[in-house]
Amino acid sequence: MEHNNLNLTVKVWRQKNSQAKGQFESYPVKNISTEMSFLEMIDVLNEELIVEGKEPIAFDHDCREGICGMCSMYINGKPHGPWQANTTCQLHMRAFNDGDTVVVEPWRATAFPVIKDLMVDRSAFDRIVQAGGYVSVNTGNAVDGNSLPINKDKADASFAAAMCIGCGACVAACKNSSAMLFLSAKVSHLALLPQGEPERHSRVLNMVAQMDKEGFGACTNTGACEATCPKEISISNIARLNQEYLVASLVAEK
Amino acid sequence: MLDAKIPSGPLDNKWTDYKGHCKLVNPANKRKLEVIVVGTGLAGASAAASLGELGYKVKAFCFQDSPRRAHSIAAQGGINAAKNYQNDGDSVFRLFYDTIKGGDYRAREANVHRLAEVSGNIIDQCVAQGVPFAREYGGLLSNRSFGGTQVQRTFYAAGQTGQQLLIGAYQALERQVALGNVTMYTRHEMLEVVKIDGKARGIIARDLVKGNLERHFGHAVLLCTGGYGNVFYLSTNAMGSNVTAAWKAHKQGATFANPCFTQIHPTCIPVSGDHQSKLTLMSESLRNDGRIWVPKVKGDNRKAVDIPEEERDYYLERRYPAFGNLVPRDVASRAAKERCDAGHGVGTSKQAVYLDYADAIVRYGKIEAGKEGRSNVPMEEIIAMGKQVVKEKYGNLFDMYEKITGENPYEVPMRIYPAVHYTMGGLWVDYELQTTVPGLYALGEANFSDHGANRLGASALMQGLADGYFVIPYTLGNSLADEIYSKAVETSHPAFETAEKAVSDRINLLMNIKGKQTVESFHKRLGKIIWDKCGMARTKEGLEQAIKEVQALKKEFWSDVRIPGSINEMNPELDKANRVADFIELGELMCVDALNRNESCGGHFREEYQTPEGEALRDDANYMYVAAWEYKAEHEWNLHKEPLIYDVVKPSQRSYK
Repeated sequence: MEHNNLNLTVKVWRQKNSQAKGQFESYPVKNISTEMSFLEMIDVLNEELIVEGKEPIAFDHDCREGICGMCSMYINGKPHGPWQANTTCQLHMRAFNDGDTVVVEPWRATAFPVIKDLMVDRSAFDRIVQAGGYVSVNTGNAVDGNSLPINKDKADASFAAAMCIGCGACVAACKNSSAMLFLSAKVSHLALLPQGEPERHSRVLNMVAQMDKEGFGACTNTGACEATCPKEISISNIARLNQEYLVASLVAEK
Repeated sequence: MLDAKIPSGPLDNKWTDYKGHCKLVNPANKRKLEVIVVGTGLAGASAAASLGELGYKVKAFCFQDSPRRAHSIAAQGGINAAKNYQNDGDSVFRLFYDTIKGGDYRAREANVHRLAEVSGNIIDQCVAQGVPFAREYGGLLSNRSFGGTQVQRTFYAAGQTGQQLLIGAYQALERQVALGNVTMYTRHEMLEVVKIDGKARGIIARDLVKGNLERHFGHAVLLCTGGYGNVFYLSTNAMGSNVTAAWKAHKQGATFANPCFTQIHPTCIPVSGDHQSKLTLMSESLRNDGRIWVPKVKGDNRKAVDIPEEERDYYLERRYPAFGNLVPRDVASRAAKERCDAGHGVGTSKQAVYLDYADAIVRYGKIEAGKEGRSNVPMEEIIAMGKQVVKEKYGNLFDMYEKITGENPYEVPMRIYPAVHYTMGGLWVDYELQTTVPGLYALGEANFSDHGANRLGASALMQGLADGYFVIPYTLGNSLADEIYSKAVETSHPAFETAEKAVSDRINLLMNIKGKQTVESFHKRLGKIIWDKCGMARTKEGLEQAIKEVQALKKEFWSDVRIPGSINEMNPELDKANRVADFIELGELMCVDALNRNESCGGHFREEYQTPEGEALRDDANYMYVAAWEYKAEHEWNLHKEPLIYDVVKPSQRSYK
């Protein structure tokens, strides 16, 4: 693959801890190969900072293959940067031009407090799952996997929703910091399968209640979440969530 | 010293017999027993959830921000199970046999048979949890083939099987958290095992956000902390994957088994430069349809499309006609290395081979045209239809390849090269998954038990979930039944005091080195030593040299590493330094083990021991044993041998021709 080298300015949000007041700082980075990933560029910058006796930039990352959902940078005004259907760790430097200034921020949302620099606390997502994002089946209870055929289209649709990696880009992209795309993906994953049926109503009611408690905003259907989602989770899941919620509320009132 | 506690009786009755006779803990007593689970990948999350369901008081720990991030999530291809849904001759025995053979006769028969026995239950359990496996139009579960087998027994969810299985286990775990049966500690790293009267009774963990040390008591401690592939620096493991928990256990008396058995996966995206931080796997499932080749002429610099068919060497099909592109991983990796070493490599680095989908695209296109009952379909249309089929089957993998390399694999063949992927070695465990330290267990990739010298594709997910869902709930009870009178120990106990002080002293020591070189630079250098001398091919001289180099590196690390920041705060460089320090020590042991094993088997290839055709040459007379290393002192280990006895399978020269 053809490649060349870039010189860039990286303007990064630095914040010592959750209590501290943060600020932007600019760093020049030189000779960055276009074959590098964005995080490898940050690695190079961090190595330089350490050698200079400065504190490296703290950021979340783990699998670096776009599936664990840990990386979470807001790059040039977009969660996960300029590429479509992409995570920060899969963003490569050929997305940038020589001389560019790249602005990097953490996810910004009340429900995702900053821990340090670019790291945020996304445990609110775990608590939403705790509120009902599961099928209550203990180990050992299961019958044969093929005893219950499932319509392929439904299984595929369920899988498409289950692909959510829980990164929180949808929240970061939303002007209201709404977690509706995340929540609707989980509700859809389970509501589309017969295994999710028994708890269908209580699940959606409890998960929505928890989402509200965590301080996420309301959904106003702007679609920024869908546009930014690295796994292209469809906004139609939010429509399904609303439908599920409505039905569940009516049933609950009986 | 090593008692594997394998139940007596015929192989296929051992597990049933064990379950029928192991001790049980009544529900009221389970509530009083505390269990620590370290790591929340497939093994850890499934164990924590299952033990929580049973009523034990569980504390689970992970270093990531959520248990859903564990690296099990990255497994792409699938999970094996002996369901025989395809009616193609599969059975528990076949899965057992394939796994033993695939492991080159260096795994324990009883453990592997149990794994095959519970494999079907795993699929059932996951389906019940709502894991959206791939299905056929009739609504039933779909299967595909995988390397090293001749039946279709692999269940999958597109190229994201690990993700879907982990989310299933994660959801089960979060349900137990909500019910109060499991307490979850995220962004915590275990830094020591606490022993009281010779038994594991807790851990010292560091809160990675605040930086402080914490003491946690448990009647038993389960390490589900994955493999140590990151000792190579470049691997397909996640950046955070590490050996620290297992290594601390090792230094507290748990023997470490077969550390030199590491798996180099044949289909990864090649290294592009010095900046590389990790390698990305392209699922082995791609070998189902892709054909692997290199140019017949050395140093051929033409583009792949310009090289005519007769000038291509489909070397796997040529060397292994029976299995072709589906030979096991160790065989495929070595064959790629052999071709590249011989000067036939492709791409700028020449350290790559082609994985070509052109034929598969045409084949699928023709099938599609046939379905529509059309003949004389123009080739362009056939190719377009074929691409659509390939997109459906492997779309996410192709997209990932394009993002990383900037090349479109629908148009040009992918370039691939082997990379470190999995470690078969790990903490020695008995049949009950207990290490040589009583009360300390190891599950999943962290233990050594099921894959011998080479793991077959789609078997890691199977083992992680087998251990967590279906093995530990029985075997843990068998020893905890004797603990019902043991009260929880206060963490003010001197053993906790001493352990915490040791951890704290070590961290202070590291921080006070204030040297010049970064942690990352040491890790890179370690990786290079191990990859060059203890990677795909090993020699006596190379290993002896590597041991010296690693020892020297250790000295340099402890006198010149620079860790910025301070202790009582979020400090990722300090976290990394703790891990790299342990990787260095493990690296030495890997070389010691590889040097001791004067044979080639599975992923362990000693150049001195090969057949005239270049295949691995085992020495069953002298090395049919598990090498379990006991830590004595710095650079000193005692070797304990657990003989491997094959009652049912007759070991033979592995052949995939």
